[in-house]
Amino acid sequence: MCTECILDAYSRYAYSVVMSDEVKALLPLQPTTFHILLSLTDEERHGYAIILEVARRTQGELKLSAGTLYRSIQRMLETGLIVETRNRPAPELDDERRRYYRITPLGKAVAEAEAGRLRDLLKMARLCGVAPRTT
Amino acid sequence: MNFYRLLLHLYPSSFRAEYGDEMSSIFALELDRSSGRAARCGLWVSAFAEIVFNAAMVHWEIARRDLFHSMRSLLRSPGFTLTALLLITIGIGANVAVFTLANFVLVRPLPFPQPDQLTKVWEKHPGYPRMELSPANYRDLMASSRSFTTLAAYTGYSMSLVGQGEPRRIEGAVVTANLFSLLERPALIGRYFRQGDGQAGAPGTVVLSYSVWQTAFGGDREIVGKPVSLDNQPYTVIGVMPADFRFPTRETLFWTPFRFKETDYLDRNNDMLDGIGRLKPGVSLAQARSELLLIAARLRKQYPKENEAVDLSVFALRDELSEDSRLLLKGLCGAALCVLVIVCANLGNILLARSLARERELSIRLSLGANRRNLLRHLLTESVLLGLAGGVSATGVAIAALPLLSRLVPSRLPVQQVPSVDVEMLLFALALTVITVIAFGVAPAWQACRGAGLNGLRVGVRTGGAGRHGARSALVIAEVVASVVLLVSSGLLIRALWRVQSVDPGFTTSGILSLSTDLPFPKYNKTSTREQFYGKVLTEVRRLPGVMDAAYITALPMTWGGGIWPVEVDGRSRILTEGNSASLRFVTPGLFSTLGMGIKLGRGVSDNDTADRPWVAVVSESLVQRYWPHEQPIGRHFKFGFHDREVIGVVGDIRARGLERTSEPQVYLSSKQDLDDGLTYYAPKDLVIHSSQPSELLLPAIRQIVHAADPEQPISDVRTMDEVVAGETESRTIQMRVLVVFTGVAIVLAGLGIYGLLAFTVSMRQQEFGIRLALGAGHGDIFKMVLVQGAVLAVAGLVPGLALAYIAARLMESLLAGVRPADALTFSTAAALCLITTLLGTLFPALRAVRADPTAIMRAE
Repeated sequence: MCTECILDAYSRYAYSVVMSDEVKALLPLQPTTFHILLSLTDEERHGYAIILEVARRTQGELKLSAGTLYRSIQRMLETGLIVETRNRPAPELDDERRRYYRITPLGKAVAEAEAGRLRDLLKMARLCGVAPRTT
Repeated sequence: MNFYRLLLHLYPSSFRAEYGDEMSSIFALELDRSSGRAARCGLWVSAFAEIVFNAAMVHWEIARRDLFHSMRSLLRSPGFTLTALLLITIGIGANVAVFTLANFVLVRPLPFPQPDQLTKVWEKHPGYPRMELSPANYRDLMASSRSFTTLAAYTGYSMSLVGQGEPRRIEGAVVTANLFSLLERPALIGRYFRQGDGQAGAPGTVVLSYSVWQTAFGGDREIVGKPVSLDNQPYTVIGVMPADFRFPTRETLFWTPFRFKETDYLDRNNDMLDGIGRLKPGVSLAQARSELLLIAARLRKQYPKENEAVDLSVFALRDELSEDSRLLLKGLCGAALCVLVIVCANLGNILLARSLARERELSIRLSLGANRRNLLRHLLTESVLLGLAGGVSATGVAIAALPLLSRLVPSRLPVQQVPSVDVEMLLFALALTVITVIAFGVAPAWQACRGAGLNGLRVGVRTGGAGRHGARSALVIAEVVASVVLLVSSGLLIRALWRVQSVDPGFTTSGILSLSTDLPFPKYNKTSTREQFYGKVLTEVRRLPGVMDAAYITALPMTWGGGIWPVEVDGRSRILTEGNSASLRFVTPGLFSTLGMGIKLGRGVSDNDTADRPWVAVVSESLVQRYWPHEQPIGRHFKFGFHDREVIGVVGDIRARGLERTSEPQVYLSSKQDLDDGLTYYAPKDLVIHSSQPSELLLPAIRQIVHAADPEQPISDVRTMDEVVAGETESRTIQMRVLVVFTGVAIVLAGLGIYGLLAFTVSMRQQEFGIRLALGAGHGDIFKMVLVQGAVLAVAGLVPGLALAYIAARLMESLLAGVRPADALTFSTAAALCLITTLLGTLFPALRAVRADPTAIMRAE
């Protein structure tokens, strides 16, 4: 067995030990949820800003509709992945109808765990000779 | 934008309130940024699609969460859940089973194309509103009528199937060649009759039913064209009908064509054909009826003697059911509805009790920020979940119960015996479940949510206001009303059954075994051949140990309503009317002693009453009363069954047509006094044996005797006379048993309902009782208070219950066999039973109230 494989197996074991049950229960994440979490990692955003940020990050490939966004937001609020924040921008930049959302520590942990899961998946694919083509 | 806001109403209101504004503003922004008509259109289309999809998903997520919570909440109180499920199963199960049966028998279209066009055509004689047609009248009717696309005729007929295993008697029908085309059901394999098959001299052809094809011919696909022997005559199988084809009854196993000879048309009083017609499209039953009246009038003019007072009439084939059969089923439906009322009332009561008990929990949830609407939805989900689970188990119960009730499906209906489970039945079950759940889930949920609030959180506050108490009392009263109606109805029907069972049939039933040896023709066309057979069988049977006597008769009493002929005394009257009819039965010597029918005057039929001696008759007392009251009947002559007969004896009347209806006077003729090729249809076929031995011991020996007399002669319809008589009351007995079960359930539920309500009230009033006791009230006073409360409920239900029961009794008067609808004994017994049950239900709560400890209660407060 190669060293890389041993290291990989160990990292997977260590990862599963540290990952809490609460986080585990939420995996795997739906792509929409993952993207929303990612869009909130750097700053608090309102709904439309999330749509724009996700579109920017995916180079326009994923364009969330308002309905899908708020259905996901409602679920993420319930599961505690995000919270609504009271911090608002300066009044001249604000629209009172907007709600701003912030990622929670749990949200962050779940996003990290999902990223780890995807990384493991990618590694496994690579080991099997199925590697994504680099452009 | 207004349309977008309208679309947002597809979301649950809570979601809309939370995110609606923001979603609208995002959509407005996107709309602003889009350029061009096409882009805007695309935006609208995608917005519409995603709102519909997402709204459905949000609803589903909420429902899933509610279902999960409801399931948990129901599992937390298994006692309540099981009780509610049991109640729903009983109430809905009983109704689905009974209504499916009633729908099957009374409503569902018959299994033929355009069943509404199918009619039965009858002759109408004075006193006989539905008489079969004579071949001559049928032929004239066919020639003149313009209302029907086809008119056909048939008559039931059994034949011996020989050569396919043991010889056996099978029920079939002789039909006119056009019957199958009238019914518009194609043969499964082969063909059905053509006009040529029905012509005199044509070779014998037979169409087999699916079941006889499977059982006797092993489902042979090559059966068409093969010969079979029926009544020792060669027939060629020309076709097999589909499995679900049943006509005229479900017992019919084969069909052969009528082959009328000119002589068949001579006697216009030979009423032997069941007429069936398919109305032309657009022709109503009333139009056909008036046309038939005109034709009948013309025939009366044309044949004034033979057709005197004979009319013609037509009825829908669907309505070929006796009024009693309908009433029987309608009665059961009414009883099932009563059970449903009781079950719903009980269900409402326990749901109300639960909602009161949960007021505190709901109050806490409200104070923690739960939305009242969400709570209501959650409670309703609980009811829906209960309802659906109960509905499923109720449907299972109903499906299991249907075969038990299937004996209430009259055999003369051309349908299968057990109603099939179909979409209609499942939809009915679903509708009933939904109605029950909505009616008895919504109110308690609403009450609970309205009641929950800050009050519910206060310690020591007694919940359950006057309004709710009133609602629960009303439900209990409804239960008492329904139970009283059921109690009285079952009581009256039990008394009616007893009365019918106590009717003297006019003959001995115990120790009499009967069986049929239906002789085949033309093999037995000669009277002497038949007599040889009877002689051999009877001599040997009489020799068997334990046999006291044995005889042959055309048909056992109560098994055949046919053979009614007009009696002609001194040249008076020729056509059949109620006033001159009598039943004709050929008998062998020894019949009267075998059946224990005492000879009142003269003698019975003897071996000497042969064809070359004066033709004699033994008549029943009612015939003597009709024609020779206060005169000596012996030696009198009358014309009957084409011949002059001399009265040689008088016997008591028997209930030839059944226990519940009076019969025509009876005339018994000597089996030897019939011409060869004469009334062969009336040749004795039923053997009756009076014996002290049980039938199981006798039967093998009798089989051997019959086999020795004619190895090809099958035996059928083996039964005791007790069974024949019991068969008379079979449907009544089944209906009564079902009713008794319903009533038992109803009365127990009503008692439990009262108990539940009072137990709850007593627990709520413990504090009041404690104070009363502390202030000097006696235990007796408290006991009386609770008892009076129960009694008031009972009486409040009893009075309208008895009134409704009387109305129900009047409606089913024809089923009561002479028991008066206001039968005092039944009504008083029902009232007493109801009072006892309610008082029993009151007793335990009253005793608990008396045991209230004032010191403990005051300390707790």
